[in-house]
Amino acid sequence: MAREHDIAVIGGGLVGGAIAYGLARLGRRVCLYDEGDVAYRASRGNFGLVWVQGKGQGLAPYGGWTQRSVRRFAEFAALLREDTGIDVALEQPGGFHLCLSDAELAHRVDQLTRLVAQQGFERYAFEVLDRAALAQRLPGLGPQVAGATYCRLDGHLNPLRLLRALHAAFLERGGTYRASAKVEAIAREGGAFAVRTATGRAEAGQVVLTAGLGNATLAPQVGLTATVRPQRGMIVVLERVRRFLDYPLATLRQTDEGTVLIGDSQEEVGFDDTLATAVLATLASRAVQVFPFLRDARVNRTWAALRVMSPDGFPIYEQSASAPGAFVVTCHSGVTLAAAHALELAPRIAAGALGADLSPFSSERLHVQKAA
Amino acid sequence: MYKRLPDAAAAAPAVLLTIDGADFAARAGDTVAAALLAAGYDACRTTPVTGAPRGPFCLMGVCFDCLAVVDGLPNQQTCLIPVRAGMRIERQQGAAVFGPAAGSGQGPR
Amino acid sequence: MTLPERCDVVVVGAGPAGLAAAVECARAGAATVILDEQAGPGGQIYRAITSTPMQNRDVLGADYWHGATLVAALQGSGATYVPRAAAFAVSRADGGGFEVGVASGGAAALIRAGQVILATGALERPFPIPGWTLPGVIAAGAAQILLKTAGLVPEGPVVLAGTGPLLYLVAAQFARVGAAIDCLLDTTPPGRIRDAWPHAGAFLASPYAAKGFALLRQARASTRIVRGVERLEALGAQRLASVRYTVGGRATEIPAAALLLHQGVVPDINLSNAIGCDHRWHAARSCFEPVVDVYGATSAAGITVAGDGAGIAGAQAAEARGTLAGLHALAALGRIDAGERDNRAAEAKARVARWTRGRAFVDALYRPPDAFRMPLGDTVVCRCEEITAEQVIATARLGCPGPNQMKSFLRCGMGPCQGRLCGLTVTEMIARERGVSPAEVGYYRLRFPVKPITLGELASLPQTTASTQAVVRMKAH
Repeated sequence: MAREHDIAVIGGGLVGGAIAYGLARLGRRVCLYDEGDVAYRASRGNFGLVWVQGKGQGLAPYGGWTQRSVRRFAEFAALLREDTGIDVALEQPGGFHLCLSDAELAHRVDQLTRLVAQQGFERYAFEVLDRAALAQRLPGLGPQVAGATYCRLDGHLNPLRLLRALHAAFLERGGTYRASAKVEAIAREGGAFAVRTATGRAEAGQVVLTAGLGNATLAPQVGLTATVRPQRGMIVVLERVRRFLDYPLATLRQTDEGTVLIGDSQEEVGFDDTLATAVLATLASRAVQVFPFLRDARVNRTWAALRVMSPDGFPIYEQSASAPGAFVVTCHSGVTLAAAHALELAPRIAAGALGADLSPFSSERLHVQKAA
Repeated sequence: MYKRLPDAAAAAPAVLLTIDGADFAARAGDTVAAALLAAGYDACRTTPVTGAPRGPFCLMGVCFDCLAVVDGLPNQQTCLIPVRAGMRIERQQGAAVFGPAAGSGQGPR
Repeated sequence: MTLPERCDVVVVGAGPAGLAAAVECARAGAATVILDEQAGPGGQIYRAITSTPMQNRDVLGADYWHGATLVAALQGSGATYVPRAAAFAVSRADGGGFEVGVASGGAAALIRAGQVILATGALERPFPIPGWTLPGVIAAGAAQILLKTAGLVPEGPVVLAGTGPLLYLVAAQFARVGAAIDCLLDTTPPGRIRDAWPHAGAFLASPYAAKGFALLRQARASTRIVRGVERLEALGAQRLASVRYTVGGRATEIPAAALLLHQGVVPDINLSNAIGCDHRWHAARSCFEPVVDVYGATSAAGITVAGDGAGIAGAQAAEARGTLAGLHALAALGRIDAGERDNRAAEAKARVARWTRGRAFVDALYRPPDAFRMPLGDTVVCRCEEITAEQVIATARLGCPGPNQMKSFLRCGMGPCQGRLCGLTVTEMIARERGVSPAEVGYYRLRFPVKPITLGELASLPQTTASTQAVVRMKAH
């Protein structure tokens, strides 16, 4: 059977979309497989932060990788706009992580200090603001906010528009998109990979697994492991409000459309993406402490989605040793890393080797951790 | 424009309120949406997306086009709120305003 | 808000189905709470029954005034009726039963209930035509509500447009109060009677036949009817100024100050959808309905749906189904056994049969034409987010498989109405592009709150240690 595509990318969320776009930009013939209309889809529950602050405790290279993505993000957004006309509303004015008590603030400052002091960590500056200084940047701030840490590198964008732009740009670059095509099996057959869905079979020279939670069952089929588990997160979305906030906060942001997103919860409840009123109440209550004037704004909708979590929370990037040409790419920061995935990771996949600087992200580290 | 049938005009006491600062006599039992229409306003807001004028459409709480500012609270579904003496009704321009609209001017009008 | 903390049965909606269900439960001694977001009981069909200024019974008619007997029954039943209270969430409570989230008067609370009966009724089918968002264009049912609640009628020229019995009822009611209607633009396709003919026998034998013929006569006497309208546009700059309609390929433009649109009603499924009940596509009625048994029991144990919310069948059928849902809840609570439930249900089941006979004919005759269910061009599909038909079609052609992906790409369905005015349109448009049935395409997946609550109200609901730990984490990001 003639090989229709050079590369099959399995999973059309933010990770798969970015990789597929990056590969298509390099002229590869790519087929992007996606599930149907109702699926877990972490990418529909994304908050939208393009965030550096606080990342990389325990894996210093992650701090550097994140910064690399964030530095190239404006370039990436411009490429997407050029290819599609879609503006992903990237703003990078710096971001705040708010603390609602002195204890929280002290803990946060300690965390960040230890983070940037790690061996091999690419350092960046951060500010510590007390309530008075913070209230000047964030008008209407509630009296219970004790302070915040600020990092100039942080930003946000419209995550649904990013996903749409990636899909549109991928098609613009000649990619093939197969919707409602859940991949059931991948097999190595005579130097190529045969990808099977309910409706058929197609071959590709390389295969990239970007199926989120689905990677757990697909990875072993090509000699890889992707120990990922679901972690539930909920978001409260408020109606459009006249603009009152110019910066993203770690748990609250105002979108370019004027709506307000409030997060961020973490629960280990398995494959349960239903809502829990108590968690929503806690999210709401903290938001009201941050901006008391929002108490009369209406909740438009709420979301629960499942993050794709590796055992240590860091990405897994790996090429299969037993089936070269098969890659697994998984992370829970699909927005922040989108630029790096499209502009740095995709070229390495196309070249057939991830490179030594990405070896800290292979799953080897998890075996070492386990053994330790 | 809407007119009050003679039966209805006699049936209930007047309820004095203001619409955009101007006095208006609604009728007890009117919803705020009905009062707006009776007063001659078939548009109660402009949308936050494009600034298009909108008025009440379904009158039963499902279309969310009848939104206006009632006693200082924006985005109120006027078809669900009975009129009350002294009520302040204002047509809403664009998105709801809460707290300091102190931003850089980006985003919805 | 005088809301008890717990009860046996919560009924959501005080239209005919909800009233009948609440009366049945309360009379049997079950602690019953009936919630409704309106200021008075009656739902939409009996809207303002306790307060209407239109006291001359000939105006609104005997069918409307029947609602007064239901309200009287509620008042004597022992049920707790809570007006201006919106049920925004229903979830299973730890230890059995349900927690119903209720927003009322600036506060939110949870009420525990053993059984929940959803009687949220119907809403008018979306009728997307060019210019349908202009001030001056309202739903025909909305005009009826203004008449019932406030004795208001639109000043002319007034144009009625669409298909379905409600149009003729509005025309007749307006005529009774001397409110002029310039014309009625009927979009029922010529020859549609042929499609409906197989069901004509049942219709003629039903209570609807006599009422229907009488209504048609009154409508014809009250206004000029233009039949076979193929295309409709509402025109104007900042508000409606004229209506352009096309018959047999010929366009005519007429001045209009009010355009009243109607093409049938469809179940309001937002709450049953958000709860996670199974729904199915009803091809003949072109809408989604919750899957229910004869008592209204859904796929979610303890949740029943009564009335038009389970499938459009009119007020009398809704009342009978409310009784059935009430009996089912009583049996599920153990207050009556299954045998007694079935015995007492026999009369209500007979009423349902009587009042659903003949519906198939009405459904077939007044099925809105494709062109008015699936618009083209710059006609607004999602009113809240101002998304047009051509945007929806273009996105569907990119391979978008269904309305949830469409929602995430275009924002259609993300506004405050939560898809009530665009959901069916979007599903049918995607189905047409993909060449599959709407059943396969599905509908928006809805989440609580299905009615608006404020951030402050949400914040006032109970938190738990687990919820605090899930959010306030003093560990690495």
